[in-house]
Amino acid sequence: MTEAIASSWTTGTVREVERFGETYVRLRLEVADRHDHVPGQHYVVRLRAPDGYTAQRSYSLASDPADPLIELMVECLPRGEVSGFLHDVVEVGDELELRGPIGRWFVWGGEVPSLCVAGGSGVVPFISMLRYARRMGTASHLTIVASAQTRERLPYIEELEEFGAFIALTRENHRDRVAAHIYPDELAELSKGIERAYVCGSAGFVSFVGRSLGEAGVPSDIVRVEQFGATG
Amino acid sequence: MANFTRGFTGGARRGGDDRLPPGQYDTGATWPVLTAELTPTIDLDTWTMTVDGLVEKPTTWDWRGIHALPSSSYFGDIHCVTTWTKFDTTFAGVSVDALLEIAKPKPEATHVMATATTGYNTNLPLEDITDGKAWIVWEFDGKPLAPEHGGPVRLLVPHLYFWKSAKWITRIELMDHDEQGFWERNGYHDRGDPWLEQRYQGDA
Repeated sequence: MTEAIASSWTTGTVREVERFGETYVRLRLEVADRHDHVPGQHYVVRLRAPDGYTAQRSYSLASDPADPLIELMVECLPRGEVSGFLHDVVEVGDELELRGPIGRWFVWGGEVPSLCVAGGSGVVPFISMLRYARRMGTASHLTIVASAQTRERLPYIEELEEFGAFIALTRENHRDRVAAHIYPDELAELSKGIERAYVCGSAGFVSFVGRSLGEAGVPSDIVRVEQFGATG
Repeated sequence: MANFTRGFTGGARRGGDDRLPPGQYDTGATWPVLTAELTPTIDLDTWTMTVDGLVEKPTTWDWRGIHALPSSSYFGDIHCVTTWTKFDTTFAGVSVDALLEIAKPKPEATHVMATATTGYNTNLPLEDITDGKAWIVWEFDGKPLAPEHGGPVRLLVPHLYFWKSAKWITRIELMDHDEQGFWERNGYHDRGDPWLEQRYQGDA
């Protein structure tokens, strides 16, 4: 595993911007002096006003470490100071202050058989894991469960479907599955043989999934958690 | 690159409040929950708090015993490394000084490791948890501290980033050297002073 320490700020040049309605924006950036990341790690984006005022937020990487660009999928939050700017203002060619990769806990090195459970934009770090697993031929070690209210609220849904992820939509049916939250029974089936579980989503989602994993017989000490609040 | 971000002037959150450390914003009435582990269920009948390591008298308190110590509270701000700051919080519990007064640190003790029931731990210089700078708390705004915020009992070290304020605390071990805890091993700063923006390993 790469021992990358994000010791300094660098510059990312925006090479691709794709907006998904009002909800998500996907940014692909070329990073100067880039360190390899491990799937699951995040970058910090810092915005700087002409008078020196700054605002910074952390965003998980969606890209495979071998991707020549890094990819962020940013959920646009109401009145989000940083996410709103990234969604509304950023254009190809813009430069952003970046720092990363950061975090060595919520990471997957490719070997440990794992269950990943995501709520909404919590799926982003798992996309990096998925892409890495596909390239390394270790996809059989990775089971992904992704939940959202609707198709539109679940970024990367086509890529998840193609990977064979288990998708639980709560406000509309997904294929044969009737709209509902993830059931403990479903998690019990999906968690067979796993040695680790990753859960990423809002605090409420993580708490719900944590209880369900417990009911499904998954010991809490193999569960790694990443939560996000409405930090904008 | 240019010395500012094209098109960015700062959003609704910029306040210019001199109580905000650099790079932080005011989270207002909300209190985001950020943990690395699942929230544990803790039974108050079996919960204990231990101070041991380099002390004259290693001591363990149960729930009733720790409540028998003189109560102490904190009123002020808290700062999370994820860039939110929460103003004017009130926590109540007991000063860490009260525990150390009983356990009596040995002269060679310089650092501590604070450990949670979940196994989470974090390291601190001893001087960062003495002289009225740290608390063991069980109340927030006059109500029992909620489990997702570290209840029933958490460490509170409000002058450092909040990952140092270990949730679900159960032990403080005094040591004669520094040793990295959970987030410190995973890329975060060893001390974490928000006013110096000591967020990650490599920050001054």
